[in-house]
This record gives sequence, C-alpha cells and structure tokens, in this order.
Amino acid sequence: METILSILVGVFFSVSVYLMTSRYLIRIILGIAILGNAVNLTIFTSGRLMREVPPIIPLDAMVPAGPTANPLPQALILTAIVISFSFLAFLLVLVYRAYQELGTDDAVEMRVAEPADEDLPPVSF
Amino acid sequence: MAGNLDHAVDYSAGMLMEATHIADWLIIAPIILTIVGGALLLMLREKTKLHGALATLIMGLLVLVDALLLARVLDVGPIAMTMGRWLPPFGITFTVDAFGALMALISGVVALAVCIYSLVEISVTGRRFGFYPLLMLLMTGVTGSFLTGDIFNLYVWFEVMLISSFGLLILGGERIQLDGALKYAILNLLATTLFLIATGLLYGAVGSLNMADISLKLPAVQEAGAPIITIGALYFLAFAMKAAAFPLNFWLPASYHTPNIVVSALFGGILTKVGVYALIRTMILLLPDTRIILSEVIAWVAVFTMIFGALGTLAHNDIRRVFGYLVISGIGPMLVGVALGSEEAISGAIMYAVHSIIALTGLYLAFGILMRKNGGKYNLSDVGGGYKASDGLSILFLVLAFGIVGLPPFSGFWPKFILVDASIHAGHGWLAFAILFSGFLTTISVGRVWAHAFWRGGPIGTTDGQLGMPLQGLTRSVRSKTYLPVGALVVIVCLIGVFPSPLLSIVQSGTQSLLNPERYVSAVFSAATAQQKAKQAEKAQQPKDHEDTVKGHDTKTEPMKQEGAH
Repeated sequence: METILSILVGVFFSVSVYLMTSRYLIRIILGIAILGNAVNLTIFTSGRLMREVPPIIPLDAMVPAGPTANPLPQALILTAIVISFSFLAFLLVLVYRAYQELGTDDAVEMRVAEPADEDLPPVSF
Repeated sequence: MAGNLDHAVDYSAGMLMEATHIADWLIIAPIILTIVGGALLLMLREKTKLHGALATLIMGLLVLVDALLLARVLDVGPIAMTMGRWLPPFGITFTVDAFGALMALISGVVALAVCIYSLVEISVTGRRFGFYPLLMLLMTGVTGSFLTGDIFNLYVWFEVMLISSFGLLILGGERIQLDGALKYAILNLLATTLFLIATGLLYGAVGSLNMADISLKLPAVQEAGAPIITIGALYFLAFAMKAAAFPLNFWLPASYHTPNIVVSALFGGILTKVGVYALIRTMILLLPDTRIILSEVIAWVAVFTMIFGALGTLAHNDIRRVFGYLVISGIGPMLVGVALGSEEAISGAIMYAVHSIIALTGLYLAFGILMRKNGGKYNLSDVGGGYKASDGLSILFLVLAFGIVGLPPFSGFWPKFILVDASIHAGHGWLAFAILFSGFLTTISVGRVWAHAFWRGGPIGTTDGQLGMPLQGLTRSVRSKTYLPVGALVVIVCLIGVFPSPLLSIVQSGTQSLLNPERYVSAVFSAATAQQKAKQAEKAQQPKDHEDTVKGHDTKTEPMKQEGAH
C-alpha cells in the first residue's frame, strides 16, 4: 500500500514540477494545485498507513482499547488542505485580475514591475 | 498488516494536568493581542476613522507585552506553554527563548513605527480595503513564527503571515502591484510548500513535531539511517527562498518596490528575517549535523547573496529597487553566521538580523518622507535638492544609510565586526573579505543615493544649485507622524552603535539556548517532568511490591481518572 502511494506521490510531484516550469500562469496554478495534493499525500504516507485499527474510543471507556492508528497525520493534512485550498482560491483571483489588467497570462511578457527598458542609474557623482 | 502495529501510538500517556504558570501566559499574549485586534478592526470596517488610532494603540501594547516577555525570559530562562491538555510531544507548544523574544520585540517596535507612519500614508481607500486588519494579522503571523516551539505550527504561522502579506502587497490594485504580487505569491507559496514537504518527511522520520523533542530524538533516528540530511537540505532550500538568498531571490526585487512605501518598509524590515530566523532555528537547534555538512554550501550562498545583492544596488535607477537589493545583500552576513556555526558567529548573525530589521525599515520610511516632499519621485535621475529642503531629514537618512552598510558608530558596525572576526578565527578569510567587500559596494551605492537625492541641487537637467521643482513643505501633523517613527528608529540605530553591550548580552543568551538546548528542552518538558515527579512520589507511598506490576498500567489510566474527576 505504501509503495503504491509513494509512486503516486512521485507522479504528482513530477506532473506539478512539469506544469510549474511553464511560462503560462494558468498552468503554473494547476501545477501548484497538484503540488498541494502531492505534499498532502507525502505527509499521509510518511505518517504510516494503518487500516485495521481506527483511533475510536468505545462508548464505555475513556481510552482507546489497545494501540491505534496515528490520527495526527490526518489532522496535519486537514490543516494543510484548508491552507492550500484557500491559497489556490486567492491565486486564481489574482491571476484572473492580472490577466484582466495586463492582457496576458504569459509570465515572460509581464514586465510592468521590472521593465526591460529601464533607465540606467546616473553616472555622475 | 500486523507489522504496522509497531507504528501505533499510545496517546493516553500524554495527558497534561499541570496548569501553565500565570506569568507564562505572557507567551501567547502578543498573539492574542494582535489576532483579537485584527478581528476587532474587521468588525469596525464601517468606522475606518477609528482604525488608525486603535491599531497604533494595539501595536503599542504589543511592544509592551513583547518587552515584558523578553524581560521574563532573561529572568527565568526559556519558558514554554502547551495548548490543551496534551504533554509536549503531542500537544502544540509555544516555546520562547531569548532569541525568539528579542526578534518578536524588535519586529513589534518596527511595526509600531510603521503603524504611526501609516496614519498619514494610508488613504481612506487603503483603510476601506483593510490595511490595518491585514497589518494586525501580519504581525500575528510574524510573532507566532518567533514564539512557537512546534515545527508544523511554524508552517501555519508562515501561512498566516503570507496571506496577510499578499493582501498588503496588492492593496491598491494597480497594474504594477498585480504583476509584482503574482511573482511574490507564487514563489513564496512554493517556498512554504517546500517547508511543508520537509516537515512531513521529518515527522515521518522522527515521529514528533515539537522542536525540543525533535532535537532530543534526532541523533538516534539519524543513526538508524533516516534521510535527515535530505530533510535538512529541503529546509535550507525553503528558508533560503523565504529569506531571498542568492539563487532564489528574484521574487523580492520584482515585488518589494510595488506597494505603498509603508508596506515596503515593513516587508523589507521583517519578512525576510523571519526566513532567517527559521533557518537559524532549524539549522542550529534541530539539525546541527546537517548544518556541518551543508556549511560550505551555505557559505557560498552567503557570499553570492552579498555580492550579487550589492551589485544589484549599483545597477538600478529606482531607489526602492536599490533598497530591495540592500535587503538581499543584508541576508548574506546572517548566512555567514549560520555557515560558521560557532557561538560568536551565531551571535553576530542574530545581532545583524536585529540591526537589519530596524535600519531597513527606517531607511524605507525616511525615503518615504522625501517622496512625500518631492511629489512621489523615486528614480535617481529625478530626485534632488533634499538637503536644501530639509537638512534634518538628510541627516536622518545618512545615519540610516551608514547604519545599513556597517560604518561606525552605527548599529551595523558591531554585527559585521563580530562576523568578520568569527570568519577569520574560523580560518575563512574569504568570508570576511566578502562581508567587507559587499559593505564597500553598498557604501558606494547608498552614498550615491544620498548624493543624488540630497546633496546635489536638483534633478538631472537643472542647473546645479537650483531646484527643478520646489519641494513641498509638510503640514505640522504630517511632520510629527512621519518624523517621529523615523527619528525613533534612528535613535535605536545610534544607541546600538554606541552601547552595543546590552543588546549583545541578550543576543548571547539567545545563542546559548540554540547551541546548548538543555534549558530550552527542559522548559518544554518541565510540565511533564513535574507530573512524573508527582507520580513517583505517589508510587513511593504505595507498597513497594506493587510497583512493578502497576507500572505499565499506571501511566495509562491514572491521568484519565483525574480527568474523569474534573
């Protein structure tokens, strides 16, 4: 099970890196979305996989009976999912606004902040 | 899958019964203050007139609380507070040593200065868009990063900081801001994702997220063959990107000149230093072996950061971009401290970070005053006549500029001196040379800025001695709100330069807790050890022959009985 997930994580990472090397913002955004999922799966896998022993406390007990699966990786991923999801939403809006204002989604053509024909500093003094 | 039971955990051993000492509530006071302040300002979004005064008040309180926290830490050593009722390896712990408390205090001071300055700089539109709530939440993220003792929690605070900084960066919604913010957002998000990958792998290897616990468990795990070096390299990559170290710095000059000057001042002062803080924390406290292996790489990164940053300051016409490269160039010396790793070098790096936060923010703000006076011009070719218009401002600016490049008797001199000394002692004369050479290049660069903006009579094309356009005078209330924060920062810069020893002793205490983490670790586990002692005392009262049979059972159920009683 861990092997399969590890391979999946590897595939996710390669796809996201490939997409993020693009110069088009929409592909970069897709790459970031996949990267977020790749990272979540990484945490999940490195937290060890156990199916048979859910950390559930019986009704009449105060502690789980015997050792259980570790619920912490899932808590971590939950946090990470919420964060990466909200950042993705922000980035989508940002890219859309930038596309509206700058008229392109090509990162190489976006030179408003760093103009290519910027003046050189004066050489006096 | 029976073998997997080895990885099972028994959480019931981790119940925390001891309440945190009331004085130690100071640890989370700064975060509660800023997060409640941010929420309050959001609720008052209809009454934006109140925002400025309220935010300044809260920032003032934040400085006060941070100062009390630092005093407490210096008094009793590192202190810790665990959230909920889980013992440290399980619960989220806030742990503060002198290093974290000092950084929190300094960024609080800088944020207060920025907040006062913003009273005149942020327009009604900026307030409506939520400048002050975002500022509060940014400070929540920054302070949280400095005070937390849990590596996943550090990631969460980084994200809080990041999303607030996105908001501040695009506050005006101008084309240039959207362009800058895109590059800033994507690359910074990538850096924090790298950080999260490293944290996930570290959790997989060590099984703990608490920094003190990790530093205890790591040697054994490393011996067992866990890929700690890989994880350490990932951490270095992520935090170097956050700190804008050389090959990963290009988001910074693309974005830091686009927002309002107060936002630039805050970012230039604080944000990259949070990356440096995290780098020092992980490399020195958590992964000392990795640091030794990577030290050569870190040293080269430091040298390239210093030299390329300094060359960047010389190559640009836009003064705000010159300052952006000054920020980058200033990251180098701190990395030298990490690369050397000796006690002296780390002290130098921490002191450099403190100095750099204050002086860079001051420099941006002082330039902001000049921009107000000359109607928003920021190109070296278009400015001039500053000295004639305001000799006071030109002196403040010069002090900050000399402070940045490390000329005595200002704040930059001592950390650079310590770092040069440490490099020579460690037998790396080339690092000392790089520090001095980049200082020389940046001296030329800030000297040129000063000469063009203040010394000469007017911009290019005007007869020297005659103003191209008259500089505007500022009204009394604008003057007080802009000169007060800049003046205060200049005073701090001079004080550190003339009396470095109080700061140095705080910094050394911070270095001690990084290099010899026993007290840091014992602060985290003090609640646990107190509980264990209580248990042992209880056991001692029981008949002796029972002890062995009860032992395994005891730890598991006893806290539960207590909880049931609550």
